[in-house]
Amino acid sequence: MMRTDTRFDAKRKKVDYKKTQFATATFKEQDYPYRLSFYDVPPTQEISLEEFETWAIDRLRILAEIEACSFRNKSPQETAAHLEPLLKKYLPLSSNSAAAGGIIDQRLRNERRKDHYSHFILRLAFSGTEDLRRRFSRVETMLFKLRFQADDSRERRAFVESLNLHWELVQEEEKRELGEQLLSATPGLRRLEDENWFKVEWTRVPELVEHRTVFVRKGKAYVPMREQTSMVLTEFANRLEKGLELTARALPRLDEDDRLTPILNHLSKNFATPDAGYSESDSALAGAPISAANIDNLSQHFPLCMKHLHSTLRKNNHLKHYGRLQYTLFLKGIGLTLEDCLLFWRQSFKLITDDQFNKEYRYNVRHAYGDVGGDVNRRGRGYAPYSCQKILTEHPPGSGEAHGCPYRHFSVDNLTSMLQATGVHDREVLRGVKEDVEKKRFHIACNRVFDWAHKAEIKKVKDEGTWGPAELETIVHPNTYFKRSYLLRNLGNLPKQDVKMEE
Amino acid sequence: MPHAVSTSPERESSAGPEDDFLPDAPAVDTKEKDEDSNTEEPADTQPKPEARTAAADGSTKLEDLFDDDEDDEFSSSAQSKPQDSSQPKPQEASKAQYSEPDTLRQFYSRLFPFRPLFQWLNHSPTPQPDFQNREFAFVLPGGAYIRYQSFASADLFRKQCIQMTPERFEIGPQYSINPRDRKTLRKASSFRPVMKELVFDIDMTDYDPIRTCCSGAKMCHKCWQFIIMAIKVVDAALRDDFGFQHILWVYSGRRGAHAWISDKRAREMDDAKRKSIAGYLELLRGSDNGKKGLGIRRPLHPHIDRSLKILNPYFQNEVLADQDPWESAEQAEKLIQLLPDKTLTAALQKKWDSAPDRTSNQKWADIDAVAEGGNLSTLSAKQLVEVKQDIRLEYTYPRLDAEVSKKLNHLLKSPFVVHPGTGRVCVPIDVRRLEEFDPFAVPTVTQLLQEIDDWDQKTGALSEEERNKVQDWQKTGLKPYVEYFRGYVASLLKEEGKGKRGRDEDGGVEGMEF
Repeated sequence: MMRTDTRFDAKRKKVDYKKTQFATATFKEQDYPYRLSFYDVPPTQEISLEEFETWAIDRLRILAEIEACSFRNKSPQETAAHLEPLLKKYLPLSSNSAAAGGIIDQRLRNERRKDHYSHFILRLAFSGTEDLRRRFSRVETMLFKLRFQADDSRERRAFVESLNLHWELVQEEEKRELGEQLLSATPGLRRLEDENWFKVEWTRVPELVEHRTVFVRKGKAYVPMREQTSMVLTEFANRLEKGLELTARALPRLDEDDRLTPILNHLSKNFATPDAGYSESDSALAGAPISAANIDNLSQHFPLCMKHLHSTLRKNNHLKHYGRLQYTLFLKGIGLTLEDCLLFWRQSFKLITDDQFNKEYRYNVRHAYGDVGGDVNRRGRGYAPYSCQKILTEHPPGSGEAHGCPYRHFSVDNLTSMLQATGVHDREVLRGVKEDVEKKRFHIACNRVFDWAHKAEIKKVKDEGTWGPAELETIVHPNTYFKRSYLLRNLGNLPKQDVKMEE
Repeated sequence: MPHAVSTSPERESSAGPEDDFLPDAPAVDTKEKDEDSNTEEPADTQPKPEARTAAADGSTKLEDLFDDDEDDEFSSSAQSKPQDSSQPKPQEASKAQYSEPDTLRQFYSRLFPFRPLFQWLNHSPTPQPDFQNREFAFVLPGGAYIRYQSFASADLFRKQCIQMTPERFEIGPQYSINPRDRKTLRKASSFRPVMKELVFDIDMTDYDPIRTCCSGAKMCHKCWQFIIMAIKVVDAALRDDFGFQHILWVYSGRRGAHAWISDKRAREMDDAKRKSIAGYLELLRGSDNGKKGLGIRRPLHPHIDRSLKILNPYFQNEVLADQDPWESAEQAEKLIQLLPDKTLTAALQKKWDSAPDRTSNQKWADIDAVAEGGNLSTLSAKQLVEVKQDIRLEYTYPRLDAEVSKKLNHLLKSPFVVHPGTGRVCVPIDVRRLEEFDPFAVPTVTQLLQEIDDWDQKTGALSEEERNKVQDWQKTGLKPYVEYFRGYVASLLKEEGKGKRGRDEDGGVEGMEF
């Protein structure tokens, strides 16, 4: 069983262990046979308060970077490349083969110790709320995945074996019986003899099942050995989540003396979500004419996703649910009041009666603004407008739906037509967009279009030095696109102080 | 507010033993009831003039709540005099009529199978958190939507339905605490869903792009076949691949079907796993502006392969012959667009331009004929086979509303409620006799009420005793559906009972005989 209280009593007088409840416990020096770890056993030795804080902060730096990379839709290779120097500096973790003669020397042991302790310290800091637990577990799994994939294959195999995960290997007879189905379900496999399968509960590999990359029968998934990574990761994530829950429950009963709590609080607050960083003040434009009547005019400043929603709305006098939701939240973000928003939708849905509107649509707009709804957490504020990340990854549009990100969800031909329809004629830009989309860098494509459309204004603010680099960073949120576009186009109109934006 | 009335009084009265151990066997009940119920009858079952005005009044009187304490679930209408029990409304039912409070009240008090529904959701004869902490959402005539209703027993549930006469109600998850208490918690996040059946929703409107006989709200026997196809494919996957056994398919009342999976493993699944299964079953993901073509991976995953085999005969008969989706030149355009070989499509276009009356069947055969004549440029023969498979899947593969399945806390319409638009009862579909199910033969609520009266009139010759033995639903076309449901629930409870043995002192099988 995991003990969550670690005794870091470096500055206190040595406590007489015989007098404590766990008198017979002796703290063994931890043995780290592999660089990877599932963090099953909590650390038990003493470290100084300074080590406590520094190690945690170093790890936190890494985790924050990983989260930022994921948020900016960087590919796994890009993330690994980006993280490499940082890991070397803050959280190095060499493999056994890196040491002389493959023997685990003191340097390796120190690296692993720091990794081990910092993980557990951050567990304490991030088990408090469900949101923190979820984010911590997600980003730790990403770090584990990075390390796992970079690992030497022999060591990796040895590590996985040491985990004793008890995965049942499919026997020859069953393999032959199910041969054809196993083959068809395993993409890229030619011959049955080339692979072996594990038979596990399908719930252990939900992602593989979702994408139909494994054969499933009677609730068991037949996982080819090459998919081991996925299973190991799922296992890691599951164990971590369980551990965090236990920690959360034990937190109130910690035998603490006010030295650790401030450090832990400080750590969890520093873990700012790129997403949560978007607050309402970020997009507010003082003095700008944001009203229901003006939306058609303002739509020139919209990013492509919102332009598409707006034009679909105008064309059909209707939008389906997710389109309405995405658009309403965006309008809220640009500063449209609830009243005006209701007016806007009522006028846009011109083919239905007042009664129908009130019955079927009114409530949902109010819900999005937080005006109604039983959730006390969002009372008065409603949901946050969707970031590009969210629009790209959640709920792709189906037939008859206009939400999502055109750079992602449109075919290249349709995307090009749409861009041309909205005034983007420059061949260079269109070609660049095509390339970006192929590389799956959708927000880069959007930024490319933005930069081209506001070329003159951007040049102006750069030459005049009125806007700093922070204000011209990559756009990752539709409301940022709108705000920046509006400000750039109205440089002369607004008073000086409004030009200064926070991202 | 209606639910404010029903909180504490309801809970107190739930302590009564009669609620928990109400036997289902008709003989015992009605006898008990007859002895002490002469005064109670008017309150809920008799369509006598006095009662009708009191009921039509609509206001809830506390006394009415407690009057039914000793009621059994299905009061027999044996006491009614034939003249009084004539149908108050004419047979030609209008849409609004199906939501008439009076009609619904009769329905809930005489026909709705509350006890089996309760056991189905409760997984045991005696109330437990599975049911007591379960959310129900009521949709009242007039459109009001009331959430977070919960009940301590089947009887209390029934009482509230009779009192509020919801147009329909929806079933949600079991929460960590009683939903009615959700605001009393210090930490708002402690109130969360913990268990719900896995559900699937097949709606005909998703098929509008491929059906030619109807569109929108309309449906006919021809397009109902799409639902049958979908049920077959999904049912096979759920049973063979995932090993689920307790799958209840329910007619949605107008143009679709729902599936409710009550296996314990399914109920305990979190959102991620539900999303997984939804993704496993999903195939047709195209959006209007996205890439053309399904992009299905080859070799076909065993599930897709099996589905194709199940659907092939339907494609031949129901799609090509009955739906005839490519009959006109304009419609044939769609088929042309699905074939990524310019030479082939040019040759086909030419052929069809010169002979415009070719049926879809013939056009489909033409593809191979023309291809064999050497008209393939970019596709190989093997690839053409695959393209044709893709087209077959496009026109037959199930189209599910994935959002319904993905979240634990999703609310879905309950079985056996009345569909307000058609008046039909949302009855379970016997999967063993799937093809025989006729959605247009499903009884409407007005029909059922009429059938009760007819039965009473016809059986005047039988003795009082014998008439009292028969419950109202047994007199109507609802009988086979209720019996099917009861059988389904019985086998579910038997399985649950096996798991609970040893933990439960009573063994969990007390009181309920089927």
